[in-house]
Amino acid sequence: MSFVTRGFSGRRREPDTRLPPGQTLVQDWPVLSAGPTPHVDTADWELTVQDETGTDHRWSWDELLALGVEDVTVDIHCVTHWSRLDMGWRGVSLDKIFEDVESEHEYVMAHSYGGYTTNVPLEDLLDGKAWIATEADGAPLDPEHGGPARLLVPHLYFWKSAKWVRGLTMMPDNDPGFWEQYGYHLYGDPWKEERYW
Amino acid sequence: MTHHLDGNVLAGALSEVFTTDMTAARGRCGGCGHMAAIAEAMVYTDAPGLVARCAGCDQVLATVVDTGDRVILSLAGLSAVELRR
Ligand SMILES: [Zn+2]
Repeated sequence: MSFVTRGFSGRRREPDTRLPPGQTLVQDWPVLSAGPTPHVDTADWELTVQDETGTDHRWSWDELLALGVEDVTVDIHCVTHWSRLDMGWRGVSLDKIFEDVESEHEYVMAHSYGGYTTNVPLEDLLDGKAWIATEADGAPLDPEHGGPARLLVPHLYFWKSAKWVRGLTMMPDNDPGFWEQYGYHLYGDPWKEERYW
Repeated sequence: MTHHLDGNVLAGALSEVFTTDMTAARGRCGGCGHMAAIAEAMVYTDAPGLVARCAGCDQVLATVVDTGDRVILSLAGLSAVELRR
């Protein structure tokens, strides 16, 4: 290890190695939307998790927050080729949501106010990998960005982080959600560039 | 602000698939039965694909996903499409 080599390798080149293939770094937060923006008051908001017995587990807004809101700093990667690094979020870990849910099923369909859906394997929502996010960039989530609450699954392409989330339904099979039916990848790993079918 | 354009923005993508001008074609919404020209649909373009919705009920009528080397078209929300000869 010569002095010269150390000098060069010591140069910070983090953004390059943290950008998945085909992605470009942005500083702003583009708004993508496949339909009209639902406006849901937190007083009316509710999250429902439905298991195969038909049992609904429900959380009101206050009940959700009472589970414990944590700070999260993550990189997000949108399939339309932009990425943001070190984005600050606040939300409730899905580990807390699934603590009381018993299910044999391995897949989850996320449902949103407005009708959007996306499918995610259950294991991708557990072990500190996913949240019900209520704040981003230091402020409550705007409706345009999925407020009052959206799913946050940062290790998958951002279409999996369903805006306006209202429900999670356990599924025996990995059925496709909205974009997954219309051409996008069933799983969506940005590091493998799993964009389309 | 999420905004939408009219169905004429689908002209380019649909011309790759159909030989006639599809924006002039009429379609029936599978949700509410509303019959209208494709040009009258509400098309959301700030999205991972084009999403055409019924002006009557917001149901998704058609989607177009451009993968670069493929076009993936869904007309699943239309119960019928009328093409003029
Ligand atoms: Zn309709």
